[in-house]
Amino acid sequence: MKVLVCVSNVPDTTTKVTFSSDNTQFNTAGVQYILNPYDEIALARAIELTEGGKGTVTIIHVGEISSEPTIRKALAIGADAAVRINAVPRDAYFVAAQIADYAKDKGFDMILTGRESIDYNGSQLASMIGEFMDIPSISIIKKLDIDSNEASIVREIEGGKEMLKVSFPFIASCAEGVAEPKIPNMRGIMSARTKPLEVIEASAVEKLLDFKSYSIPAPRGSVTMLGTDDTQKLVDLLHTKSKVI
Amino acid sequence: MSVLVYVENAEGKFKKSIFEVVSYAAAVAEQLKTELIAISIGNVSPDDLSSLGKYGASKVLNVSNDKLKSFVNQAYASIIADAAKKESSTVVVFSNTFSAKGLAPRVAVKLKAGLADSAVELPEIDNEKFLIKKTAFSGKAFATIELVSAIKVITLNPNSYQVKEIGSAGKVEDFTPEFKESDFRTMISEIVRASDKIALPDAELVVSAGRGMKGPENWGMIEELASVLGAATACSKPVSDAGWRPHEEHVGQTGIAVSPNLYIAIGISGAIQHLAGVSSSKTIVVINKDPEAPFFKVADYGIVGDAFDVVPKLIEAIKAYKSNS
Repeated sequence: MKVLVCVSNVPDTTTKVTFSSDNTQFNTAGVQYILNPYDEIALARAIELTEGGKGTVTIIHVGEISSEPTIRKALAIGADAAVRINAVPRDAYFVAAQIADYAKDKGFDMILTGRESIDYNGSQLASMIGEFMDIPSISIIKKLDIDSNEASIVREIEGGKEMLKVSFPFIASCAEGVAEPKIPNMRGIMSARTKPLEVIEASAVEKLLDFKSYSIPAPRGSVTMLGTDDTQKLVDLLHTKSKVI
Repeated sequence: MSVLVYVENAEGKFKKSIFEVVSYAAAVAEQLKTELIAISIGNVSPDDLSSLGKYGASKVLNVSNDKLKSFVNQAYASIIADAAKKESSTVVVFSNTFSAKGLAPRVAVKLKAGLADSAVELPEIDNEKFLIKKTAFSGKAFATIELVSAIKVITLNPNSYQVKEIGSAGKVEDFTPEFKESDFRTMISEIVRASDKIALPDAELVVSAGRGMKGPENWGMIEELASVLGAATACSKPVSDAGWRPHEEHVGQTGIAVSPNLYIAIGISGAIQHLAGVSSSKTIVVINKDPEAPFFKVADYGIVGDAFDVVPKLIEAIKAYKSNS
């Protein structure tokens, strides 16, 4: 089974989020970049399903040379090879077009991504790659099992889940529950240095949108503290002041 | 020209978030001085379809076929894109549901349309410029995007726009697009949905609890509080990881994002990953024994106290309020 896992390099969640250049850029000063947590889940499942000679896992990343440590981490976790498309990942459409362009003639059985990146939360990549490649895409999955060339998948829906089946090839985006992220072991870290990392130039893709500016939500205002016997007062405030009940 | 809104149904019925997105799309159509057309796929009653006219849809395209009664991502995407082309839609709007997260990006690629997901307000349309604000950085910020393509796709977060009744019954028109067999490569084997419980992503009122509850056996009062309020129940990640509550209740960065009017957090400290899932809540109430709990910093109302003391009192207070109103 030939698997492609798409990974992105994102600012750590505990980062304080600020913007520079008059609120038009994310301020990267002092920010730690990490492998997108949902992509780690996708990668862990890909490795589980291909372990013991059952297949190979290739990593693909659209980004600049500064993201190579993150790619090496993915290799250390257990992927076999990596590809970096050399470009700024300016939006999901651009990234999807690059990945689809690379993957279209490689015969991957399954492509996995994380459900969303923790910086833009778009949940767009898997669907867009699926559309570019004309293959089924299943978003935000909680469970993935393979039986010869067919996948049994559980997809999250409001208040429940949907069980479905799809044959190779397909793409899916993984949520919590698909697998536990793997911690790279010493052997993985050592071999990551010598595993192949191919760098490819990006192709031109039309621009459909532009990120113009950013803002921080207005602070919530100070908290109204009440005593343990003020539950009646709380209910009154929720009704008359906040108007939520 | 037109604005097209996809009206998703759950087992043949429309939820409040769908009336919200129709109202929103009607407002966008008004901004563009054009009409709003809705498209429904699946088995929805003629009355329910025509009721969308109340929220501003002048016409409702009804795509009803056995093969489509459950969600089939590729087929639905083809149908919506075909409808957009047929109606010369310049804006296509979705409610940001789990299914729409899979669907809208495919429609966007088909239409070469810029996609703004998780929109929180109406776009700012000024001559040729189309700007729209969406959530980013897991709820810590907003991003304003300019969509420069001819056609635009927007997904609107539930509970971000108020339902407005502005019209009367809409005209329902059957729409039978061409099918591509290759659009039907996924096969649903089962849908499991607790129809009696309020789904967290849609919930307007949420009662959530964490490790401060000490064990799953103590959840009775949480469920009771939720019941008297008509709220959905939720929990923090440690509680879900420990198996005290089902995974579907986990609210947070790697769980569900909620956007209710009221979020009551009981015995939850308020770690950043949890806050990422609740930042869109309009009003937050925090009940925690620890006065240093970080959650108090983002709360609107806080009570420092033992949940086992405060929650029963809160239940009584709500029961009293409900019986008096």
